[in-house]
Amino acid sequence: MSARRFGALSSGSFAIGGTLALVVAATAGLSLFWTPQSATDIAVARRLAPPSVEHWFGTDHFGRDVFSMIMVGAQNSIAVGVVAVGIGATLGIALGALASARRGWVEETVMRFTDFSFAFPAILSAIMITAILGPGAVNSIIAIGIYNIPVFARVTRGSANAIWARDFVLAARAAGKGRLRITLEHVLPNIASVLIVQATIQFALAILAEAGLSYLGLGTQPPQPSWGRMLNEAQTFMFMAPRLAIFPGLAIAVAVLGLNLLGDGLRDVLDPKLTRAR
Amino acid sequence: MSAPTLAIEGLEVAIATPRGVARAVRRVDFALPKGGTLGIVGESGCGKSITALAIMGLLPEAAKASGRVLLGGRNLLDLPDAEMCRIRGDRIAMIFQEPMTSLNPLHTVGRQIAEALRLHRGLDGEAATKEATRLLDRVGIPNAAERVSSYPHQLSGGQRQRAMIAIALSCNPDVLIADEPTTALDVTIQRQILELIRKLVEESGMALVLISHDLGVIAETVDEVLVMYGGSVVEHGPTASLFSALAHPYSKGLFAAKPRLGQGRSRRLATIPGVVPDIVDLPAGCAFADRCPIAVGECRGAQPRPTTVGQRHTASCFRLGVPLPEAAA
Repeated sequence: MSARRFGALSSGSFAIGGTLALVVAATAGLSLFWTPQSATDIAVARRLAPPSVEHWFGTDHFGRDVFSMIMVGAQNSIAVGVVAVGIGATLGIALGALASARRGWVEETVMRFTDFSFAFPAILSAIMITAILGPGAVNSIIAIGIYNIPVFARVTRGSANAIWARDFVLAARAAGKGRLRITLEHVLPNIASVLIVQATIQFALAILAEAGLSYLGLGTQPPQPSWGRMLNEAQTFMFMAPRLAIFPGLAIAVAVLGLNLLGDGLRDVLDPKLTRAR
Repeated sequence: MSAPTLAIEGLEVAIATPRGVARAVRRVDFALPKGGTLGIVGESGCGKSITALAIMGLLPEAAKASGRVLLGGRNLLDLPDAEMCRIRGDRIAMIFQEPMTSLNPLHTVGRQIAEALRLHRGLDGEAATKEATRLLDRVGIPNAAERVSSYPHQLSGGQRQRAMIAIALSCNPDVLIADEPTTALDVTIQRQILELIRKLVEESGMALVLISHDLGVIAETVDEVLVMYGGSVVEHGPTASLFSALAHPYSKGLFAAKPRLGQGRSRRLATIPGVVPDIVDLPAGCAFADRCPIAVGECRGAQPRPTTVGQRHTASCFRLGVPLPEAAA
């Protein structure tokens, strides 16, 4: 048992994904206390400067330090991921568990609601929701969080149904436990691994969605740096200074790739049965 | 006789299936006094487990029970779910066939026993753990004090079944339902578990409903036997008189099909020809008629009613007393 766990920990995707995710998280953490330059100071005199000892990734069209902006942008991405996944997971898991515990028309209603929301592409629903709530960092987070609800509801309901069919749940019912108690004591602990993996993947998608919304101008508003908006602003200078698009693009890629690999790796570690099946 | 602890009156279970309504249990009646033991025996699919689940109020969504399940004079079938939750595990407990999968792999055995105590008896953490240890000791698990913090995978099948029994006993129920409690266990362990159940029933005075397809298990453990076929009771009586004078052709066939040691390998095992009837499309008459060696036209026309064949011993058959042909008996 422990040998297998250890083997999975030292295996590819978990190690690489974990490292990349840690780098992003550490960058965000560090930027709270220190950045090489200010991420918001505008100095038109040094606009579009190439990379140098002073400005590692150069400066943008307002003369802001790109490296520092990317560092601060990581904070933004992580905050979006945490809050959006938090909203989606809390409400989605509650809905999914409810559907699974009550079955019948409750389950039908919840599942048709998820079908309905899946009919709209993720980014489109986020755009619709920000269009209703108005642009801004908080609203974009809420929009992404709402989009996450049906994802978690579905995964929870599917895995929970399998647990409800298990013998120990019948035994628990025979012992007089109610649906809520069985959900909390027996169902959720047994599907936790699936949910953790899903949360990791949704985290990556949330970062991507936030970048997309910010790129469209619906997400984080200036002067708060955001990877998506950096891409948007870089567009104009695509041929003069392609690095302005490349660096934030790379940051997004690293964060999303890292989290996806981490999710894959976690799946291997937490659920040996799935690994064997693949 | 005092009022029975558990009385089942005209219990029927209908299950809605895509092909129509399956009548899984038809007109089952029995009554158990305090400390009484009853065995339900029959082939797979004869409705014995469904009967147990109906008593517990744990039938699947699609199934509907009617009739009366009286526990201490209250009809359990009328109670709302919240009320049933208080009765299940407290007044009426159940143990299952598969000890390997009936415990949650993520919680310690002690915690799973303590949960029942916390739920029904309101015991807090330490008192519950102490009581759980005492219960594990009572069901014969060695080193109960250590075992209380074991996870299910650290116990053997027999020990897990003992732990399940400990959970069932935790609140001193009036009725214990054991659905094939030894089927998944080794023969040597089977005997120990049966002994344990018998001893606990004697000590605590609870009533026992033991479900099994194993006639040996039934004969040794209970006072009264119910033979079920196709959802109906075909024969019912005190164990001793029933086994000494089997009346229904199905009971005779079931008994003849029991393999015996020392009968020589050259002799083929006796079987009852045919398969269990389709409960969605039951024949109008006796459910056993199609497999019965002595069936006549009358058997296919109407349902036989229970007929008294001895002291408290009834059988539902039109052809009682007609001897079976040699090959079938």
